[in-house]
Amino acid sequence: MQHGKYRFIVGFLAVPLGLYALFVVWPFIQSIYYSFTDWTGLSPEFEMVGFDNYSRMLDDDIFWKSLWHSVLFALLVPLVTLGLALFFSFMINVGGRKRKGGPVITGVRGSGFYKIAYFFPQVLSIAIVALLFQFAYNPDSGAVNSLLRGIGLGSVQPLWLGDPNLALWCVMAVLVWSTVGFFVVLFSAGMASIPGELYEAALLDGASRFTTFFKVTLPLLWDTVQSGWVYMGILALGAESFAVVQIMTVGPGGPDYSTSVMVLYVYQKAFRDGQAAYATTIGVALLLVTLAFAALVMKLGRRERLEY
Amino acid sequence: MGSTSAENDSKGVGRRDLIKRSAALGLISVPTMSFLSACASGGGDDQEKAEAGKKSAENPLAVNESAKMEFVLFDGGFGKEYAEDAVKLYEKAFPKATVKFSATQKIQSTLQPRFNGGNPPDLVDNSGAEQMDMGVLVGKKQLTDLTPLLDAPSYDDPNKKVRDTLRPGIVEMGQFDGEPVWILYYAYTVYGNWYSKKALDSLDAEYPQTWDEMLAVCAKAKKKGMAGWTYAGKYPYYIPFSMSPMIAKVGGVEVLDAIDNLEPNAWKHPAVKTVFEAWYELYKKGYVLKGTPGLDHIQSQTAWAKGDALFLPNGSWVENESAKVIPADFDLAVSAPPGIDENDKMPFGTIWASGGEPFIVPAKAANGAGGMEQLRVMLSEASSKNFTSKVKSLSAYNGGTDGIELTPGLKAGVAALELAGDNVVNPRMQDWYVQLQKEKIGVSCLGEMMAGRLTPAETIKKIQGFADEAAKDSSIKHYKHQ
Repeated sequence: MQHGKYRFIVGFLAVPLGLYALFVVWPFIQSIYYSFTDWTGLSPEFEMVGFDNYSRMLDDDIFWKSLWHSVLFALLVPLVTLGLALFFSFMINVGGRKRKGGPVITGVRGSGFYKIAYFFPQVLSIAIVALLFQFAYNPDSGAVNSLLRGIGLGSVQPLWLGDPNLALWCVMAVLVWSTVGFFVVLFSAGMASIPGELYEAALLDGASRFTTFFKVTLPLLWDTVQSGWVYMGILALGAESFAVVQIMTVGPGGPDYSTSVMVLYVYQKAFRDGQAAYATTIGVALLLVTLAFAALVMKLGRRERLEY
Repeated sequence: MGSTSAENDSKGVGRRDLIKRSAALGLISVPTMSFLSACASGGGDDQEKAEAGKKSAENPLAVNESAKMEFVLFDGGFGKEYAEDAVKLYEKAFPKATVKFSATQKIQSTLQPRFNGGNPPDLVDNSGAEQMDMGVLVGKKQLTDLTPLLDAPSYDDPNKKVRDTLRPGIVEMGQFDGEPVWILYYAYTVYGNWYSKKALDSLDAEYPQTWDEMLAVCAKAKKKGMAGWTYAGKYPYYIPFSMSPMIAKVGGVEVLDAIDNLEPNAWKHPAVKTVFEAWYELYKKGYVLKGTPGLDHIQSQTAWAKGDALFLPNGSWVENESAKVIPADFDLAVSAPPGIDENDKMPFGTIWASGGEPFIVPAKAANGAGGMEQLRVMLSEASSKNFTSKVKSLSAYNGGTDGIELTPGLKAGVAALELAGDNVVNPRMQDWYVQLQKEKIGVSCLGEMMAGRLTPAETIKKIQGFADEAAKDSSIKHYKHQ
């Protein structure tokens, strides 16, 4: 039976491994390699420059600003998004009072509608969401300020995206708004798999909703929350934060770089300033931040697995 | 078949074994691949150049009559019709040649890989939000020197060189360091304060020539519920369109040159301070439309066209760009910025005008002569007239406005140029140091000052800091006014 074993392994693995190496490993190596050159991205000629790009990056104020904003994105956006999603899905699935003739464990009234309402932003592309909110934040004629005027707060007319102290929060809020629905659905699915008897037992013991959530739901949902955290954090470090910042605070990353994030900075350096090598250097830094983030969350989130 | 469990080593392939060995395989494959990396972006495939054609009176650039020519245009505020018309003329002159014409807004995404691979098109309108950095292109020798085109006889008059038919400043703008001309700007833009003559008349006011008059006009407008000014708050680098010529008017053109040359303390010149303080007063007195710092260029132009604000710093493309929102009886006009008073170094009328729509012929183009010939066609009087009447903008061709009906904005632009005479300034920050001008000076300083978050003194200090940084930064190529 040993005959042809290696041929089997090679035949079995060569194609997927080759594809993986070509499309996943290879670009990583390439960008690390380019970060040691002076490649412009506009000409095929370049030379090795050693650690020049790295020392330049350490001296670059905008890089540090972007890094800080990216870290905020990775920590705060998942925290708020997952917190809200947990609350919503708990209310939808478990939070309701017993109604006559209904099941013991149920969601609040109208939970079917809420589920759809929360999920709705998920069907819109992030680009459309960002554009919509760009108009909503327009200080002159946008929906937000019009609403403020409408309820008699005409004297409070913030500049929103035009104010360096507010712009970043505005952008983060949009990201939360557009992703919370996904996690509501994810956590709802997780909660559906928690046996109803556990809740019934808790109810019989006279546990409040608050206690039920923290003593029953959250511990049993922990694995889902943890993966959600990593997923959301990487999303907030990468594609999604790029889309909202690039579209909403058009161009340069907000007033006084107040919304600049690392991905945006990579893009600007590579495709606007003709400094592709420096862009890959920032890309390498972003890779490290992302890895560190994932490792941290995995480490902090480690808990004993509960079986039921 | 044997089991796939690990204990069952003797038969078949264990699961753990498989994983271990595949990991090993992966580790080997990674370094092997990196050997190939050395030439990943090395352009081994530079395209073959077309042979030169026969030089003649009709074909002074010796274009190969049967060679393919590829032309990529930026499809922006000016559309693509004017270029298509010019392509037809090229095809008529060289019936055996095939022309591949395309228009895109994504200049960089479509062309960067081609520059990188050594097979760029023959003529490119490198414009728009995705403009490729000219300084890098020049520095990396990716562009063709257009001097042969400028020295060729013009399309209309064989006794006149192309260079003699161009508006002032066009040739210089295409130069970076020394003689070669890398870029030919095809449009000619007038920058300044744009306003509705009708609105100004309704205030019973004349266009102000000094800053006191400006403040008086703004006060009048405010009484009528109209803001004096608005600007593209998210892109505050529109402000210099009005501010820079004002600095030149107050302190002389040397101040702008020193700023462009990144000289130490260039921004600390008293004229800069005077002008910044004048503008800051607009904010302090509440003459800037509320919410302006949060508006983008389209939003601010729309607010201005609706009559919410009187003045707007902008370029002559605004007439075409905002054509849909500008009312028919708006009576669009442009004027040079007012100065401070009669002690100003330059007369009223000092205005910023310069080339727009930069056309380049890539150094590695297969048919560079064809690209240049296409430009020569576009610089004929007929093509220029066609451009002006279709897109409401002047072209680099000097003249060519006779006999066509000019739109109000265009007419005002021509009048402003006539009034300016020789006093046309051309600050180069925006094409020499794009990031410095747009983000650092524009968004982080001027935008912050006009939103009231920085005082003029703080703004100057911050800008000077950015300028000094740029002067020291060896990753940026530095230029000087000749």
